[in-house]
Parts: sequence; structure tokens; C-alpha cells
Amino acid sequence: MVAADLLVAQNVGFGIIALLMIVAALRVVTVKNVVHAALWLVIVLSGAAAQYLLLSAEFVAITQVLVYVGAVMVLFLFGTMLTRAKIGAEADLNNKNWGIAVPVSLLMFGVITWVLIDGFGDERLPNPDEQTQVPIQVLSDDIFGPYLLPFWALSFVLLVAVIGAIVLARKD
Amino acid sequence: MNALLAADLPYWAQSLLRVLGGIVAVLLPAGTIVYVFLFKMMSFMQSRLGPMEAGPYGSLQLVAEVGKWLQKEDITPERADRFIFKIAPLVVLVSTFLLVAVVPFGPDAWFTNFEAGVFYMLAVSSVSVLGILIAGWASANKYSLLGGLRAAGQLIAYELPMVLAVVGVIIQAGTMNLQQIVVAQNAGSIFGWNGLGNPYILTQFVGFIIFMIAVQAELTQTPFDMPIAESELVSGYMTEYSGFRFLTFFIAEFATAGVFALIASVLFLGGWGIPFAWFDWSTIDSVDDWMNVVGPLIMVTKMMLLAFIIMWVRFSYPRFREDQLQRFAWKVLVPVSLVNIMVTAILKVAF
Repeated sequence: MVAADLLVAQNVGFGIIALLMIVAALRVVTVKNVVHAALWLVIVLSGAAAQYLLLSAEFVAITQVLVYVGAVMVLFLFGTMLTRAKIGAEADLNNKNWGIAVPVSLLMFGVITWVLIDGFGDERLPNPDEQTQVPIQVLSDDIFGPYLLPFWALSFVLLVAVIGAIVLARKD
Repeated sequence: MNALLAADLPYWAQSLLRVLGGIVAVLLPAGTIVYVFLFKMMSFMQSRLGPMEAGPYGSLQLVAEVGKWLQKEDITPERADRFIFKIAPLVVLVSTFLLVAVVPFGPDAWFTNFEAGVFYMLAVSSVSVLGILIAGWASANKYSLLGGLRAAGQLIAYELPMVLAVVGVIIQAGTMNLQQIVVAQNAGSIFGWNGLGNPYILTQFVGFIIFMIAVQAELTQTPFDMPIAESELVSGYMTEYSGFRFLTFFIAEFATAGVFALIASVLFLGGWGIPFAWFDWSTIDSVDDWMNVVGPLIMVTKMMLLAFIIMWVRFSYPRFREDQLQRFAWKVLVPVSLVNIMVTAILKVAF
């Protein structure tokens, strides 16, 4: 029997979106067309954004859409369309080392599951009716306060990547 | 009348009203902009009359046009990727509908009161790029693909100045909620004088100019219409579309123009509000209920004003070259908006 508090709207929504994400994720690696794979990936990433919304993490959800759907996927598609993107099925899209990815992804899944259970256990999310949303001001105060150093480190990594891309692309 | 406006509706009725309101808020500006500016203003600027036969002064021309498009054959090219080809215009239109959801039209006349409204607006406006890109690709046509790629390159380039221009407003208002940005402008004062509120077009004029230029580019309106350049690319990503699907692209283009004009008027012109000092209002709760009726009218007026500017520029300037377009975004708009953010932040701390 399912416990009564499991069938609330959020949980049902979570189940539907999670199922959709799993199907879409499998299609990303099985579909025979690069652009189709990218579009399935869009569904996976938007699904993640929807899950964040269900967790009432509004800011993270919007960031997910802005960064992944709006920028990363557009650049993905832009790059593939600029170089090679045939319409219809393509042969040999599979990398011959794909077998190695299976244990790696299983290991990732195990580690993430363990971390989540170890970190949160059966702690529950507070009821969304009780005004639990973290205001964005608090979020930004945290990022630019106690977490300033990691934030700077991340920005530095991105800066290195940008400069690296320019160095690689320059002809002279 | 006042009792009617203050009535508490059940949740389902509110939701239904909001959905209907959203459809109206997308389609009505689109139709008005097409008739008033695209048909009539362009004609007058070119010393001709424009449509005159259908209805008084051709005002029913749009109905005739929609009828014409709807009965045309829905053609899919033989080599095209059928499903993606068909779904692409809808992706573009959905982005427009998502965009209008955060625009406030009155103290209680809003669709969603998003805490991170400005941020949401920037995020969903970038979804339309995806639709344009896959439309260009799925058409299986070199011109379309080129148009789609140009559109993606341009929209990515101009999204950045748009985000940075809005940051100035966010710093000044101290919130990302569009409703609170409206309140902050109308409850504000200029050096103690509150007769006009404090519309951010005065303090954020640079940001306003950058925002409008970026909007022009996001809409691929004329100085920035490299992606649809009809004389070289035969309308780019729209080349292969006919009938209903072309109509969808067409509606999306002008509806997005209307919605961006609405957002610009919220961010820079004070939105639905009138200066609160006129009626001794102080906060949003003390605003009278009749603003829910007057507010949308004020919004439409401001929208028409900004849409007029967008169309005026569209009909006046020749097309940018691709390299000029990219250079303008990265070497002029981005640095200027970064300086704008810095100055705004310094002044915010100073005052």
C-alpha cells in the first residue's frame, strides 16, 4: 500500500517528470541523429528545471533554463549544424569505447545516491505552503558572503577556459 | 463597480481568467502592431495608402489575411525532418506565451507574481532561439540553415547586452520582481519631488537605449534582420513554411515585439502605475482597485509608444552586415552596459 502522504500533487508530478527524463535520457544515447539527440537532451534539461520548481527552488530552475536550454544547447546545435548535421539516420554514431561508460555511470549513480541518503536521510522538505522559499536576496548574500572564495575560484576557471578558447582559435 | 473589482474569485476562475488574459495579451498587441504600424505607418512613410478596401481604412485587412493563410496548403518539403519541421514554429510561439506570464498589468491584474520575474523573462526569451534554429535545420534547405545559424549567432550575441542592461534596473530597484519594480518606480521620488515618481528611463537612460537595441536584434527587426534578409536568404528560416505555420511565425514575431515593449515599459517607464503621490498611495496594498482597469490601458498606451519606436527604426535604417552586427554587440554594447552597471552600483551605494 502507498502511504497517503505520498500521493500529493508534487510527488505525482515528480514521478511523471522523472519518467519523462529517463526516457529522454535513454533516447539521447540511442537515437540515430545528432540533432535529435540534442533535442532529447533539451527535454532532459528542461525536466531538471521542472524538478527544481517542484522543490520550490525557483532561482535554480530559471538558471537551469537560462544556462542549459538557452545557451549551452543552442551552442551545441549551432556547432553541430555548422559542421555536420544530416537529416535522417546516420551510421556509426556510437563511440567504440561506450562500454567503459557503463561502470562509470553506475558508480556515479551509486555515489550520488549514497551522498544524498547520507546527507539528508529521511529528512522531509517543508510544506511549500509555509513560505519556505529562500528569497533571492538571501541567496545572493550567501554567494557573495561566506561562499565568496569558491565563487571566485569558479569564475577564475571560467576565465581560464575563455582565454584558452581564444588562444586555441587564434591563427597568428 | 468597486465591489465587482474587489470580488474574491475561486482559484479555478482566477486561473481561467489568467489564461484567457494571457491569450488576449499576446494576440491583441500582435494584431494592433501589424495593422497600425506594419500596414499603415509603413505605407504613409512610403507615400502610399496601404490597405484601404477591407473595412473602413482597411482595418479588417488583417482578418482577410488570416483567412487567406489558414486556407493555404500546409506544405512540408520532401527531404525535411517532418516532425521537427512542424513543431518548430510552435516552440517559438510558446516562448512568447511564457514571456507574457510575468508582465504585471495592475495591482492585482497579473498572471504570475514571480519573485525572480526579470530573470525568468530573460530565460524564456532565449527558448525561441531553439525554435528558430531547428526550423532552419529541419527545412533541409541551405538558405534556411544559413538563416537559422545567423539567427542563433545574433540572438546569443544580443542576449548578453540585454541581460546586462537590465541589471542596472535591478540594482536600482533592489528586486527582481516586476511588480515591485513598478511600485519602486511609482513610489519613488526625484530629489524629494514625487510628482512624477521615478521612472527608470531618467536614471537608466543608457540601459534603456541598450535594452531597446537588444530587443530590436532579438526580434530580428530591420537593422538586425540578417537572419531573414529576404533579398539574399529568401526569408531565411521561414523560407519553406506556408499557410498556418508561416502565420504562427508571423504572429510570434509581432507578439514578441508587443511583449518586449510591455516588458520595457515595466522596466523603464513605470509600468501600469501612475505616480503614487497623486492619490496619496504609499504601498501596493493602498492602490485603489480601479487601477486594475486603468493599469492595462496605461500599459497598452506605453506598449504602442515603444512598438512605434521599434517599427520606426525598422522602416528607417538599412541592414547591418554580419561582422558589423557582431562587432557592435561585443565591442560597443557589452562594454557600455558593463560601465553602466558599475556606475549604477557606485551611485546606489553613494546615495
